[in-house]
Amino acid sequence: MRGYIGSRVAHSAISMVGLVVLVFFLARLTGNPADIYLPVEASAEARAAFSEAHGFNDPLIVQFWHFVRDLAHLDFGTSLRQDRPVLDLVFAAFPTTLLLAFFAMFFALVVAIVSGALAAQRPNGILDRFVNVISLAGASLPNFWLAIVAVLVFSVWLRWLPTSGTGGFVYWILPIMVLSIRPCGLIAQVVRGSMISAMSSAYVKTARAKGVRSSTIIFVHALRNAMLPVITVAGDQATGMINGAVVIEVIFGLPGIGKLMIDSIQYRDFAMVQGGVIITAVAIFILNIAIDLSYALLDPRIRYS
Amino acid sequence: MRTTIASNGQPSRSTIRRYLSLLWHDKFAAAAVLFLLLVFCAALFGPAVFEASSNRINLIARNAPPLSFKYGWAFVLGADSLGRSILLRLIVGAQNTMLLAASAVICSLVIGSFLGFIAGYRNDWTSAVIMRVADVVMSFPSLLLALIVLYVLKPGIANVILVLAITRIPIYLRTTRAEVLEVRERTFVTAARIMGASPRRLIWRHIRPTVTPTLITIATLEFAFVMLSESSLSFLGLGIQPPAFTWGAMVAQGQSYLSTAWWVAFWPGVAITLTAMSLNLFANWLRIVGDPVQRWRLESRKKSS
Amino acid sequence: MTRNDQHLVEIRNLSVEFHTQEGTVQAVRNVSWHIDRGETLAILGESGSGKSVSSSALMGLIDIPPGRITSGEVLYRGEDLLKASYERQRALNGSKIAMIFQDTLAALNPVYPVGWQVAETFRAHGVDRQKANARALDLLERVELPNARARFNDYPHQFSGGQRQRIMIAMAIALDPDLLIADEPTTALDVSVQTRILRLLKELQRERGMGLLMITHDLGIVEGLADRVAVMNGGEIVETGPVNQVFNAPRHAYTRNLLNAVPGKHSFPASAPEGVRAEPLIAVKDLSKGYPSASRSPAIMALDKVSFTLARGETLGVVGESGSGKSTLARTLLGLERASGGTASYRDCDMLRPTEADRTILQRQIQMVFQDPTASLNPRMTVEEIISEPWAIHRDVLPKKEWKGRVGALLEQVGLTKEHAQRYPHQFSGGQRQRIAIARALALRPDVIICDEAVSSLDVSVQAQIIALLKNLKDEHGLSYIFIAHDLPVVRSFADRVLVMRKGQIVEQGRTDSLFTDPQHPYTRELLQSDPVLGSHVAA
Repeated sequence: MRGYIGSRVAHSAISMVGLVVLVFFLARLTGNPADIYLPVEASAEARAAFSEAHGFNDPLIVQFWHFVRDLAHLDFGTSLRQDRPVLDLVFAAFPTTLLLAFFAMFFALVVAIVSGALAAQRPNGILDRFVNVISLAGASLPNFWLAIVAVLVFSVWLRWLPTSGTGGFVYWILPIMVLSIRPCGLIAQVVRGSMISAMSSAYVKTARAKGVRSSTIIFVHALRNAMLPVITVAGDQATGMINGAVVIEVIFGLPGIGKLMIDSIQYRDFAMVQGGVIITAVAIFILNIAIDLSYALLDPRIRYS
Repeated sequence: MRTTIASNGQPSRSTIRRYLSLLWHDKFAAAAVLFLLLVFCAALFGPAVFEASSNRINLIARNAPPLSFKYGWAFVLGADSLGRSILLRLIVGAQNTMLLAASAVICSLVIGSFLGFIAGYRNDWTSAVIMRVADVVMSFPSLLLALIVLYVLKPGIANVILVLAITRIPIYLRTTRAEVLEVRERTFVTAARIMGASPRRLIWRHIRPTVTPTLITIATLEFAFVMLSESSLSFLGLGIQPPAFTWGAMVAQGQSYLSTAWWVAFWPGVAITLTAMSLNLFANWLRIVGDPVQRWRLESRKKSS
Repeated sequence: MTRNDQHLVEIRNLSVEFHTQEGTVQAVRNVSWHIDRGETLAILGESGSGKSVSSSALMGLIDIPPGRITSGEVLYRGEDLLKASYERQRALNGSKIAMIFQDTLAALNPVYPVGWQVAETFRAHGVDRQKANARALDLLERVELPNARARFNDYPHQFSGGQRQRIMIAMAIALDPDLLIADEPTTALDVSVQTRILRLLKELQRERGMGLLMITHDLGIVEGLADRVAVMNGGEIVETGPVNQVFNAPRHAYTRNLLNAVPGKHSFPASAPEGVRAEPLIAVKDLSKGYPSASRSPAIMALDKVSFTLARGETLGVVGESGSGKSTLARTLLGLERASGGTASYRDCDMLRPTEADRTILQRQIQMVFQDPTASLNPRMTVEEIISEPWAIHRDVLPKKEWKGRVGALLEQVGLTKEHAQRYPHQFSGGQRQRIAIARALALRPDVIICDEAVSSLDVSVQAQIIALLKNLKDEHGLSYIFIAHDLPVVRSFADRVLVMRKGQIVEQGRTDSLFTDPQHPYTRELLQSDPVLGSHVAA
């Protein structure tokens, strides 16, 4: 198992390094980096001074070396817009996104697993068809639109929940619900499929022949096997959660990493964008390792090979 | 327990007719295909026919609610803040929406499956390099990647397509490679190798036909995904720029009038959802039809019912 | 009915149908049998005969829908289980009636330790966790699982097929059931392992006095193990009675055919005259194939200095258990694997390092027929496309306009018809598919056909037909065969000479009659003895 985890960590690390390199070259190779680091209205002299001060006139390899050296010192530069270290701003925004993503994922997983597992008990039964259509619809909903409609219904018409902003628990309900719908639909489809094949497997037949209780068969024998493909999809969805979070944070005015990035893009604050990308990459790196570990924990065939 | 096979050969009906009658027996899939045809026609002829009338500003009809027939049939879904018919704008906007998604899907399908064939068939260091690059792209939220690239490259039709295509290439690449690796080891491929079949023949006659249905199914699912991503980009203002517009941009435009005229943002979202859902349903149907063994089941079910 | 003539289990007029997507299928019709404690009943049938259905009904394992029990009674000590509640059935399953299955890798849950799974039988019937674990360990030791205590928490994939079957047996006998149902318990196992498992089952039956219901396609197992037999065909019991009565004087035509089809009971094939042998087609000398192994240990030798010749018109049988290197031999000769030493030649062509011209000759003259005809035929090609593929590869052999006619002719030679050419492989039965594969192998008029377990996955009666076909084709086309099999009886009635392989080496080779009647090597003797057809009966 150590070999498996080791190679997975190495793969994820390569991805992370690749992304860092990509970000570096994106900023350097598409023209004068001063153009993207500086506001549009900056004067030619200001640009020249900026280039000189940040070493943009040095050879590329030297620049890359400085870039990596700064990263190693956790120096991501200074936000142009707020004039504060990028790292501070990113860390201030991160908890919001993390909370949002965590609860949305949790909610999505619980609903998807329960409904998918129940639907699989009678393939093509009424419940199964119902879950199938609903999850398909959920997977097809554009979340920005869903957010708008949810605000319209629950905040504007019914006046149950606040439209946007931060505050207590009620401010989180709509964002979390909306963010969880698409992953929930996608995961439910996978759960249903893998649960159907698990329930018709030979080991379930063996358990029935042993006289094992049907609740044990479903939740102990079948579900654990059915979870293996689910984890893969859930992992992809967790990465994709950041996509959704960007949109959701903008619509609901939550000060998370997505909102920070969009604002930075609008104000052409490239140091901020770059820092946000790299920190997000680190977070996803950790997430991927966690997924690989849980995979190994669930499946002994991976652990012992 | 084997049912006997009718002794006459394949039915002489043309293949297209056989697929059509198969489709007719799956009501959900048939409805999905009908809707997709409708969208396709709108995308093809919409702008040519309705371009002018969809741009006609009619201040009397500002924010007219749905079913405002006094302004004409075109206002069945209401009008936007400039009094333009939402229905006509949906029909005209279909072209850009479909064009963007289709171009991106075709680009990533062609590039991804080509690289996947190479990675799968050679399975040496080239494969390792290709896979690591794909990992880099995959391990980062596609929307965030698109935002950054569009920030550096400036949004425009070509760049939006490029970004959407690049972020989805790994899906085709991984699937193709995995399938090629698996199919390559099947006995019928070994049998052909023993007879002396050239690599080109192996790939073209044996591996490609086996992999193609999977790729088409994935491309259909991806079409829905890319369309949703493009809408998110447009919603965030980083898609194609005005005066050109897509359904996603229409939702963004309607967001400001949510409390006074909800329908402006509502209908484009419905169009996106229905299209995505139809694509998902169609993909599910394709998955069954693409497999000759399963297709045969569908046909015999048809006969028995 | 009085208490005395009540059987342990009695099935009366059971009919079951399945609603599949292909329509309604009658799985069994009016099936009746009974079994008592201490007795062994075998249900004998080929695939699709419905032999497993009645025992599934007994254990409530038929899914309803798609299954539907249309008539009959399933009595356990006089109680109709078809009318029993779910809880009642659950209480009987595992404690009074237990079952073991064929594919143990699939039948054991891959994500739980084996000890846990054996103990589950106890837990499911109210034994507490600790006691269940202790008794599970005792059981694993009883079924002679090597190193049971240390391996208690290992997972199914870490055991061999034979060991897994022992674990399944431990699970089944945990609560001293009245009846043990064994559904093809040894089908996927090597003959020597098979014997040991069957011996263990017999021993346990004697020890515990339980009834044993063997569901099998293997006449040898029935003969060696069972007291009574019920022969099933097409969902019906065609004949039933004591084993020796049924086998010595079969009344039903199907039983007679089945008994006739059993390989290895007939005389040896007439060996080719010595003169013909003088012309060797293939000569293999010291052929070796090593795989680099993990850590510092020496390479694993899949083939270790293998030498033999194949004469023109000869059928050479290659016999060995799984892992003996017999398939590697075929793959190396065909250039699918690179040999690590030795030589192999076909006429004047070097088979291991052929020149371009020689390679073309080899590709045309040496063909292969695989074990699983479902896998060896491309499911997306029609039969015509499949059979004409060799000509598409070797363009100069046959002009395209003659393909259609030749395909028809080849199909007729292998016992199919011209009309089959436009269909797809999945529309045929297993035996028919193997015929298509043989037709493809004949397309280039080869000298040699290598059959790698070509009849192993087929039913006995189909097996006999395919072997008869191969024999006819050999005479018609002057073919030579290298016939690889794990099944000794098949080789006995077909091969002129036999090689016995073990761990990559040839331990013995010789004329079929002398090898079978007077084996020299102890391993050959062991193989012969453990075969249920050829060897002595398992039940002493």
